[in-house]
Amino acid sequence: MERLINFIYEYRAFFTFLFLELLCAWLVVENNQYQSTQYFNSSNRVSAQLLGFSQGVREYFSLRTINEDLARENAELRRDLERTRIQLTEATTDTTRINQFDFVSAKVMANSTHLYKNFITINKGKADGLYPGMAVIGDAGAVGKVKSVSDRYAVVISLLNVDEQVSGMIKRTNHFGTVRWNGIDQRYTTLQFIPRHATPVKGDTVVTSGYNAVFPEGIMIGIVTEVNLKSEAPFWDIEIELSQDFGRLAFVEVIKSKLKSEKDSLEKVTTGERR
Amino acid sequence: MNRSGIAQLLLFFAYLLLQVLVLRNVALFNTAFCFFYIAFILLLPIETNPLLLMLAGFLLGFSVDIFYNSMGLHAFATVLVAYLRNYWLNTITPQGGYESGAAVTVAANGLQWFLVYTIPLIFLHHLVLFFVEAAGVTLFWYTMLKIVGSLVFTMLVVVLFQFLTPPRRRL
Repeated sequence: MERLINFIYEYRAFFTFLFLELLCAWLVVENNQYQSTQYFNSSNRVSAQLLGFSQGVREYFSLRTINEDLARENAELRRDLERTRIQLTEATTDTTRINQFDFVSAKVMANSTHLYKNFITINKGKADGLYPGMAVIGDAGAVGKVKSVSDRYAVVISLLNVDEQVSGMIKRTNHFGTVRWNGIDQRYTTLQFIPRHATPVKGDTVVTSGYNAVFPEGIMIGIVTEVNLKSEAPFWDIEIELSQDFGRLAFVEVIKSKLKSEKDSLEKVTTGERR
Repeated sequence: MNRSGIAQLLLFFAYLLLQVLVLRNVALFNTAFCFFYIAFILLLPIETNPLLLMLAGFLLGFSVDIFYNSMGLHAFATVLVAYLRNYWLNTITPQGGYESGAAVTVAANGLQWFLVYTIPLIFLHHLVLFFVEAAGVTLFWYTMLKIVGSLVFTMLVVVLFQFLTPPRRRL
Protein backbone atom coordinates (compact mmCIF):
# COMPACT_ATOMS: atom_id res chain seq x y z
CA MET A 1 0.00 0.00 0.00
CA GLU A 2 2.74 2.38 0.99
CA ARG A 3 4.55 1.53 -2.20
CA LEU A 4 1.50 2.28 -4.23
CA ILE A 5 1.10 5.67 -2.58
CA ASN A 6 4.77 6.41 -3.13
CA PHE A 7 4.40 5.41 -6.77
CA ILE A 8 1.42 7.68 -7.26
CA TYR A 9 3.16 10.52 -5.44
CA GLU A 10 6.28 10.14 -7.54
CA TYR A 11 4.30 10.35 -10.75
CA ARG A 12 1.76 12.86 -9.44
CA ALA A 13 2.27 15.17 -12.42
CA PHE A 14 1.41 12.38 -14.82
CA PHE A 15 -1.62 11.29 -12.84
CA THR A 16 -2.91 14.84 -12.57
CA PHE A 17 -2.41 15.13 -16.30
CA LEU A 18 -4.32 11.91 -16.89
CA PHE A 19 -7.14 12.97 -14.60
CA LEU A 20 -7.56 16.39 -16.20
CA GLU A 21 -7.44 15.00 -19.73
CA LEU A 22 -10.02 12.34 -18.95
CA LEU A 23 -12.23 15.00 -17.41
CA CYS A 24 -11.91 17.13 -20.56
CA ALA A 25 -12.56 14.16 -22.84
CA TRP A 26 -15.67 13.35 -20.83
CA LEU A 27 -16.84 16.96 -21.17
CA VAL A 28 -16.27 16.88 -24.93
CA VAL A 29 -18.25 13.67 -25.33
CA GLU A 30 -20.98 14.83 -22.98
CA ASN A 31 -21.33 18.10 -24.87
CA ASN A 32 -21.86 16.23 -28.13
CA GLN A 33 -25.00 14.63 -26.81
CA TYR A 34 -27.72 16.59 -28.41
CA GLN A 35 -29.88 18.95 -26.38
CA SER A 36 -28.82 18.92 -22.82
CA THR A 37 -29.19 21.40 -20.06
CA GLN A 38 -25.88 23.01 -19.47
CA TYR A 39 -24.54 25.90 -17.55
CA PHE A 40 -20.97 26.05 -18.74
CA ASN A 41 -21.61 27.62 -22.09
CA SER A 42 -22.26 31.09 -23.40
CA SER A 43 -25.83 31.12 -22.13
CA ASN A 44 -24.64 31.85 -18.62
CA ARG A 45 -25.14 35.42 -17.61
CA VAL A 46 -21.57 36.67 -17.28
CA SER A 47 -20.31 35.33 -20.56
CA ALA A 48 -23.48 36.28 -22.43
CA GLN A 49 -23.20 39.86 -21.25
CA LEU A 50 -19.53 40.06 -22.19
CA LEU A 51 -20.25 38.61 -25.61
CA GLY A 52 -23.19 40.97 -26.00
CA PHE A 53 -20.89 43.90 -25.34
CA SER A 54 -18.43 42.78 -27.97
CA GLN A 55 -21.26 42.13 -30.44
CA GLY A 56 -22.65 45.58 -29.70
CA VAL A 57 -19.40 47.23 -30.71
CA ARG A 58 -19.33 45.35 -33.99
CA GLU A 59 -23.01 45.93 -34.62
CA TYR A 60 -22.51 49.66 -34.45
CA PHE A 61 -20.62 49.43 -37.71
CA SER A 62 -23.36 47.54 -39.50
CA LEU A 63 -26.40 49.51 -38.31
CA ARG A 64 -27.31 50.56 -41.82
CA THR A 65 -27.58 47.03 -43.22
CA ILE A 66 -29.43 45.85 -40.13
CA ASN A 67 -31.95 48.63 -40.62
CA GLU A 68 -32.42 47.73 -44.24
CA ASP A 69 -32.91 44.07 -43.39
CA LEU A 70 -35.49 44.88 -40.73
CA ALA A 71 -37.40 47.22 -43.00
CA ARG A 72 -37.50 44.61 -45.73
CA GLU A 73 -38.60 41.95 -43.31
CA ASN A 74 -41.34 44.26 -42.07
CA ALA A 75 -42.66 44.69 -45.55
CA GLU A 76 -42.64 40.98 -46.19
CA LEU A 77 -44.46 40.30 -42.95
CA ARG A 78 -47.16 42.77 -43.80
CA ARG A 79 -47.65 41.10 -47.15
CA ASP A 80 -47.78 37.70 -45.50
CA LEU A 81 -50.32 38.96 -43.01
CA GLU A 82 -52.58 40.10 -45.79
CA ARG A 83 -52.25 36.79 -47.60
CA THR A 84 -53.02 34.85 -44.44
CA ARG A 85 -56.11 36.91 -43.74
CA ILE A 86 -57.49 36.00 -47.13
CA GLN A 87 -56.65 32.35 -46.67
CA LEU A 88 -58.28 32.24 -43.28
CA THR A 89 -61.69 33.07 -44.67
CA GLU A 90 -61.83 29.60 -46.14
CA ALA A 91 -59.74 27.76 -43.57
CA THR A 92 -60.43 25.68 -40.52
CA THR A 93 -62.09 27.08 -37.41
CA ASP A 94 -59.76 25.14 -35.09
CA THR A 95 -58.00 28.05 -33.40
CA THR A 96 -55.27 25.88 -31.90
CA ARG A 97 -54.25 24.89 -35.37
CA ILE A 98 -54.32 28.43 -36.69
CA ASN A 99 -52.26 29.65 -33.75
CA GLN A 100 -50.05 26.58 -33.82
CA PHE A 101 -46.89 28.66 -34.03
CA ASP A 102 -45.92 31.60 -31.87
CA PHE A 103 -42.93 33.84 -32.54
CA VAL A 104 -40.45 35.37 -30.09
CA SER A 105 -38.02 37.93 -31.47
CA ALA A 106 -34.49 37.76 -30.07
CA LYS A 107 -31.22 39.60 -30.53
CA VAL A 108 -28.04 37.76 -31.45
CA MET A 109 -25.42 38.16 -28.71
CA ALA A 110 -22.71 36.03 -30.28
CA ASN A 111 -22.35 34.08 -33.46
CA SER A 112 -19.65 32.11 -35.23
CA THR A 113 -19.53 30.78 -38.77
CA HIS A 114 -16.03 29.44 -39.27
CA LEU A 115 -15.81 26.51 -36.84
CA TYR A 116 -17.06 23.00 -37.56
CA LYS A 117 -19.59 23.32 -34.80
CA ASN A 118 -21.06 26.78 -34.77
CA PHE A 119 -23.43 28.14 -32.16
CA ILE A 120 -25.41 31.33 -31.74
CA THR A 121 -26.15 32.96 -28.40
CA ILE A 122 -29.41 34.94 -28.17
CA ASN A 123 -30.86 37.20 -25.48
CA LYS A 124 -34.08 35.32 -24.74
CA GLY A 125 -34.32 32.40 -22.36
CA LYS A 126 -36.48 30.37 -20.03
CA ALA A 127 -38.17 33.54 -18.76
CA ASP A 128 -39.52 34.15 -22.28
CA GLY A 129 -40.83 30.62 -22.61
CA LEU A 130 -37.95 29.13 -24.53
CA TYR A 131 -36.89 25.53 -24.09
CA PRO A 132 -34.47 23.22 -25.93
CA GLY A 133 -35.64 21.97 -29.31
CA MET A 134 -37.39 25.10 -30.57
CA ALA A 135 -36.77 26.28 -34.12
CA VAL A 136 -34.99 29.55 -34.85
CA ILE A 137 -35.39 31.48 -38.10
CA GLY A 138 -33.81 34.65 -39.44
CA ASP A 139 -35.14 37.26 -41.85
CA ALA A 140 -34.29 35.12 -44.89
CA GLY A 141 -34.71 31.55 -43.71
CA ALA A 142 -34.04 28.79 -41.22
CA VAL A 143 -31.22 29.40 -38.72
CA GLY A 144 -31.18 26.51 -36.25
CA LYS A 145 -32.54 24.88 -33.13
CA VAL A 146 -32.36 25.94 -29.47
CA LYS A 147 -29.80 23.75 -27.71
CA SER A 148 -29.83 24.95 -24.14
CA VAL A 149 -31.41 27.76 -22.16
CA SER A 150 -30.68 29.75 -19.04
CA ASP A 151 -33.07 32.24 -17.45
CA ARG A 152 -32.35 35.10 -19.83
CA TYR A 153 -30.22 33.61 -22.61
CA ALA A 154 -30.16 30.64 -24.92
CA VAL A 155 -27.62 28.88 -27.10
CA VAL A 156 -28.80 27.95 -30.58
CA ILE A 157 -27.19 25.16 -32.59
CA SER A 158 -26.68 26.77 -35.99
CA LEU A 159 -27.44 25.16 -39.34
CA LEU A 160 -23.70 25.66 -39.81
CA ASN A 161 -22.93 22.86 -37.39
CA VAL A 162 -21.91 19.43 -38.61
CA ASP A 163 -24.04 17.83 -35.88
CA GLU A 164 -27.25 19.61 -36.86
CA GLN A 165 -29.76 17.91 -39.15
CA VAL A 166 -32.96 19.44 -40.42
CA SER A 167 -35.62 17.76 -42.48
CA GLY A 168 -35.74 19.57 -45.83
CA MET A 169 -37.91 19.25 -48.88
CA ILE A 170 -37.54 20.17 -52.55
CA LYS A 171 -40.52 22.45 -52.98
CA ARG A 172 -41.19 21.60 -56.63
CA THR A 173 -41.25 17.80 -56.32
CA ASN A 174 -42.06 17.34 -52.59
CA HIS A 175 -39.16 14.89 -52.13
CA PHE A 176 -37.73 15.22 -48.66
CA GLY A 177 -34.26 14.62 -47.27
CA THR A 178 -31.86 15.76 -44.59
CA VAL A 179 -30.12 19.11 -44.66
CA ARG A 180 -26.69 18.84 -43.14
CA TRP A 181 -23.64 21.11 -43.29
CA ASN A 182 -20.32 19.70 -44.48
CA GLY A 183 -18.21 22.04 -42.39
CA ILE A 184 -16.50 23.94 -45.18
CA ASP A 185 -18.21 26.99 -46.65
CA GLN A 186 -20.60 29.12 -44.60
CA ARG A 187 -22.66 29.95 -47.70
CA TYR A 188 -23.41 26.38 -48.74
CA THR A 189 -24.92 23.30 -47.17
CA THR A 190 -25.96 19.90 -48.51
CA LEU A 191 -29.23 18.03 -48.92
CA GLN A 192 -28.85 14.29 -48.37
CA PHE A 193 -30.98 11.21 -48.96
CA ILE A 194 -32.92 12.44 -52.00
CA PRO A 195 -33.60 9.14 -53.81
CA ARG A 196 -32.40 8.34 -57.36
CA HIS A 197 -35.80 8.56 -58.97
CA ALA A 198 -36.29 12.18 -57.92
CA THR A 199 -35.33 14.82 -60.44
CA PRO A 200 -33.75 17.76 -58.62
CA VAL A 201 -32.39 20.49 -60.88
CA LYS A 202 -30.28 23.58 -60.34
CA GLY A 203 -32.41 26.42 -59.03
CA ASP A 204 -34.89 24.28 -57.10
CA THR A 205 -36.04 25.81 -53.83
CA VAL A 206 -35.43 23.81 -50.66
CA VAL A 207 -37.71 24.46 -47.68
CA THR A 208 -38.29 22.81 -44.31
CA SER A 209 -40.57 19.80 -44.53
CA GLY A 210 -42.48 20.16 -41.27
CA TYR A 211 -42.15 16.45 -40.58
CA ASN A 212 -40.55 16.91 -37.19
CA ALA A 213 -42.81 19.78 -36.12
CA VAL A 214 -39.83 21.82 -34.99
CA PHE A 215 -39.94 24.06 -38.02
CA PRO A 216 -43.25 24.98 -39.58
CA GLU A 217 -43.57 23.63 -43.07
CA GLY A 218 -42.20 25.77 -45.88
CA ILE A 219 -39.55 27.85 -44.12
CA MET A 220 -36.93 28.79 -46.71
CA ILE A 221 -33.56 27.03 -46.47
CA GLY A 222 -31.91 27.77 -49.80
CA ILE A 223 -31.56 27.26 -53.54
CA VAL A 224 -30.03 24.17 -55.16
CA THR A 225 -26.77 25.13 -56.86
CA GLU A 226 -25.36 21.76 -57.81
CA VAL A 227 -26.81 18.28 -58.39
CA ASN A 228 -24.73 15.20 -58.95
CA LEU A 229 -25.62 11.51 -59.20
CA LYS A 230 -22.81 8.96 -58.99
CA SER A 231 -23.49 5.84 -61.04
CA GLU A 232 -23.86 3.44 -58.10
CA ALA A 233 -25.09 5.82 -55.43
CA PRO A 234 -28.62 5.37 -54.07
CA PHE A 235 -28.98 9.09 -53.36
CA TRP A 236 -28.25 12.39 -55.09
CA ASP A 237 -25.43 14.68 -53.96
CA ILE A 238 -27.09 18.07 -53.72
CA GLU A 239 -25.49 21.37 -52.79
CA ILE A 240 -27.66 24.23 -51.55
CA GLU A 241 -26.84 27.89 -51.31
CA LEU A 242 -28.25 29.08 -47.98
CA SER A 243 -30.72 31.92 -48.29
CA GLN A 244 -29.83 33.20 -44.82
CA ASP A 245 -26.50 35.02 -44.62
CA PHE A 246 -25.12 33.67 -41.35
CA GLY A 247 -22.23 36.11 -41.47
CA ARG A 248 -24.43 39.03 -40.45
CA LEU A 249 -27.19 37.70 -38.31
CA ALA A 250 -28.50 40.43 -35.99
CA PHE A 251 -32.07 39.48 -35.06
CA VAL A 252 -33.74 36.07 -35.13
CA GLU A 253 -37.13 34.71 -34.28
CA VAL A 254 -37.72 31.69 -32.10
CA ILE A 255 -40.75 29.61 -33.02
CA LYS A 256 -42.84 28.08 -30.28
CA SER A 257 -44.76 25.17 -31.65
CA LYS A 258 -47.85 24.53 -29.55
CA LEU A 259 -48.64 21.22 -31.15
CA LYS A 260 -45.15 19.75 -31.00
CA SER A 261 -45.62 17.86 -27.74
CA GLU A 262 -48.90 16.46 -28.99
CA LYS A 263 -47.38 15.32 -32.27
CA ASP A 264 -44.31 13.87 -30.57
CA SER A 265 -46.27 11.90 -28.02
CA LEU A 266 -48.58 10.57 -30.71
CA GLU A 267 -45.61 9.40 -32.76
CA LYS A 268 -44.00 7.88 -29.71
CA VAL A 269 -47.12 5.84 -29.06
CA THR A 270 -47.27 4.75 -32.69
CA THR A 271 -43.67 3.67 -33.04
CA GLY A 272 -43.18 2.52 -29.46
CA GLU A 273 -40.03 4.57 -29.43
CA ARG A 274 -38.59 5.65 -26.11
CA ARG A 275 -36.36 8.63 -25.75
CA MET B 1 0.28 35.23 -2.68
CA ASN B 2 3.40 37.10 -3.71
CA ARG B 3 3.68 39.87 -6.25
CA SER B 4 4.48 37.73 -9.26
CA GLY B 5 1.52 35.51 -8.45
CA ILE B 6 -0.85 38.46 -8.58
CA ALA B 7 0.75 39.68 -11.79
CA GLN B 8 0.23 36.28 -13.38
CA LEU B 9 -3.37 36.21 -12.21
CA LEU B 10 -4.03 39.55 -13.90
CA LEU B 11 -2.27 38.29 -17.02
CA PHE B 12 -4.54 35.23 -16.98
CA PHE B 13 -7.63 37.43 -17.25
CA ALA B 14 -5.99 39.71 -19.79
CA TYR B 15 -5.25 36.76 -22.09
CA LEU B 16 -8.73 35.35 -21.56
CA LEU B 17 -10.56 38.60 -22.35
CA LEU B 18 -8.35 39.33 -25.35
CA GLN B 19 -9.13 35.88 -26.70
CA VAL B 20 -12.88 35.78 -26.20
CA LEU B 21 -13.74 39.41 -26.93
CA VAL B 22 -11.38 40.25 -29.76
CA LEU B 23 -9.63 37.26 -31.30
CA ARG B 24 -12.77 35.11 -31.27
CA ASN B 25 -14.14 37.30 -34.05
CA VAL B 26 -11.02 37.13 -36.19
CA ALA B 27 -10.68 34.57 -38.96
CA LEU B 28 -8.36 35.20 -41.89
CA PHE B 29 -9.52 33.69 -45.19
CA ASN B 30 -11.92 31.58 -43.13
CA THR B 31 -9.02 29.24 -42.31
CA ALA B 32 -6.54 31.01 -40.04
CA PHE B 33 -7.52 31.61 -36.42
CA CYS B 34 -5.57 33.11 -33.58
CA PHE B 35 -5.42 31.20 -30.30
CA PHE B 36 -3.12 33.62 -28.57
CA TYR B 37 -4.26 32.56 -25.10
CA ILE B 38 -1.98 29.52 -25.27
CA ALA B 39 0.96 31.94 -24.93
CA PHE B 40 0.00 32.44 -21.28
CA ILE B 41 0.91 28.81 -20.55
CA LEU B 42 4.01 28.86 -22.74
CA LEU B 43 5.41 32.07 -21.27
CA LEU B 44 5.05 31.28 -17.55
CA PRO B 45 8.42 31.29 -15.76
CA ILE B 46 10.60 28.26 -16.54
CA GLU B 47 10.55 26.81 -13.04
CA THR B 48 6.77 26.84 -12.62
CA ASN B 49 5.43 23.79 -10.83
CA PRO B 50 3.99 21.30 -13.36
CA LEU B 51 0.85 20.76 -11.28
CA LEU B 52 0.20 24.48 -11.16
CA LEU B 53 0.84 24.69 -14.90
CA MET B 54 -1.74 22.03 -15.68
CA LEU B 55 -4.29 23.54 -13.33
CA ALA B 56 -3.81 26.97 -14.93
CA GLY B 57 -4.07 25.34 -18.34
CA PHE B 58 -7.28 23.62 -17.40
CA LEU B 59 -8.88 26.77 -15.99
CA LEU B 60 -7.82 28.88 -18.96
CA GLY B 61 -8.95 26.31 -21.52
CA PHE B 62 -12.21 25.74 -19.70
CA SER B 63 -12.94 29.47 -19.55
CA VAL B 64 -12.26 29.81 -23.27
CA ASP B 65 -14.56 26.83 -23.87
CA ILE B 66 -17.43 28.58 -22.14
CA PHE B 67 -17.29 31.38 -24.68
CA TYR B 68 -16.69 29.11 -27.67
CA ASN B 69 -19.50 26.72 -26.64
CA SER B 70 -17.05 23.87 -27.02
CA MET B 71 -17.03 22.22 -23.57
CA GLY B 72 -13.70 20.58 -22.81
CA LEU B 73 -12.12 21.07 -26.23
CA HIS B 74 -9.75 23.94 -25.47
CA ALA B 75 -9.20 22.62 -21.96
CA PHE B 76 -8.06 19.29 -23.40
CA ALA B 77 -5.54 20.83 -25.80
CA THR B 78 -4.26 23.34 -23.25
CA VAL B 79 -3.70 20.79 -20.47
CA LEU B 80 -1.75 18.66 -22.94
CA VAL B 81 0.52 21.57 -23.81
CA ALA B 82 0.89 22.51 -20.14
CA TYR B 83 1.97 18.95 -19.34
CA LEU B 84 4.50 18.65 -22.15
CA ARG B 85 5.90 22.14 -21.77
CA ASN B 86 8.41 21.44 -19.01
CA TYR B 87 9.67 18.25 -20.68
CA TRP B 88 10.20 20.18 -23.89
CA LEU B 89 11.98 22.97 -21.99
CA ASN B 90 14.34 20.38 -20.50
CA THR B 91 14.99 18.83 -23.89
CA ILE B 92 16.03 22.07 -25.52
CA THR B 93 18.05 23.49 -22.61
CA PRO B 94 20.70 25.78 -24.09
CA GLN B 95 24.37 25.25 -23.23
CA GLY B 96 24.94 26.21 -19.64
CA GLY B 97 21.29 25.75 -18.70
CA TYR B 98 18.68 28.33 -17.80
CA GLU B 99 19.36 31.01 -15.24
CA SER B 100 17.37 30.48 -12.10
CA GLY B 101 14.00 32.20 -12.21
CA ALA B 102 14.44 32.94 -15.89
CA ALA B 103 11.44 34.04 -17.91
CA VAL B 104 10.57 32.57 -21.27
CA THR B 105 11.31 35.48 -23.59
CA VAL B 106 13.11 36.22 -26.80
CA ALA B 107 15.21 38.70 -24.85
CA ALA B 108 16.46 36.05 -22.44
CA ASN B 109 17.27 33.21 -24.83
CA GLY B 110 17.26 34.51 -28.37
CA LEU B 111 14.77 34.30 -31.21
CA GLN B 112 15.94 30.96 -32.57
CA TRP B 113 15.54 29.23 -29.23
CA PHE B 114 12.17 30.90 -28.78
CA LEU B 115 10.89 29.60 -32.11
CA VAL B 116 12.16 26.08 -31.45
CA TYR B 117 10.33 26.22 -28.14
CA THR B 118 7.00 27.65 -29.24
CA ILE B 119 6.35 26.29 -32.76
CA PRO B 120 6.07 22.56 -31.90
CA LEU B 121 3.92 23.19 -28.83
CA ILE B 122 1.56 25.57 -30.60
CA PHE B 123 1.38 23.18 -33.54
CA LEU B 124 0.46 20.34 -31.18
CA HIS B 125 -2.18 22.51 -29.50
CA HIS B 126 -3.80 23.39 -32.84
CA LEU B 127 -3.49 19.81 -34.11
CA VAL B 128 -5.39 18.41 -31.14
CA LEU B 129 -7.87 21.29 -31.13
CA PHE B 130 -8.93 21.04 -34.75
CA PHE B 131 -8.97 17.26 -35.04
CA VAL B 132 -10.99 16.78 -31.87
CA GLU B 133 -13.36 19.48 -33.07
CA ALA B 134 -13.74 17.82 -36.47
CA ALA B 135 -14.29 14.54 -34.56
CA GLY B 136 -12.30 12.49 -37.06
CA VAL B 137 -10.22 12.72 -40.18
CA THR B 138 -12.93 12.96 -42.85
CA LEU B 139 -11.88 16.51 -43.72
CA PHE B 140 -8.18 15.77 -43.28
CA TRP B 141 -6.59 18.22 -45.73
CA TYR B 142 -9.00 21.03 -44.98
CA THR B 143 -8.34 20.58 -41.26
CA MET B 144 -4.57 20.53 -41.89
CA LEU B 145 -4.92 23.77 -43.81
CA LYS B 146 -6.72 25.32 -40.85
CA ILE B 147 -4.04 24.06 -38.46
CA VAL B 148 -1.11 25.40 -40.46
CA GLY B 149 -2.89 28.68 -41.19
CA SER B 150 -3.68 29.16 -37.51
CA LEU B 151 -0.15 28.19 -36.50
CA VAL B 152 1.30 30.95 -38.70
CA PHE B 153 -1.26 33.47 -37.42
CA THR B 154 -0.80 32.63 -33.73
CA MET B 155 3.01 32.55 -34.05
CA LEU B 156 3.04 35.96 -35.72
CA VAL B 157 1.05 37.47 -32.86
CA VAL B 158 3.12 35.72 -30.18
CA VAL B 159 6.44 36.86 -31.66
CA LEU B 160 5.08 40.34 -32.30
CA PHE B 161 4.11 40.65 -28.65
CA GLN B 162 7.65 39.61 -27.68
CA PHE B 163 9.03 42.63 -29.49
CA LEU B 164 6.29 44.99 -28.37
CA THR B 165 6.67 44.36 -24.65
CA PRO B 166 9.82 45.83 -23.13
CA PRO B 167 12.12 43.25 -21.49
CA ARG B 168 10.65 42.75 -18.04
CA ARG B 169 12.61 42.83 -14.86
CA ARG B 170 12.73 39.46 -13.21
CA LEU B 171 9.69 38.98 -11.06
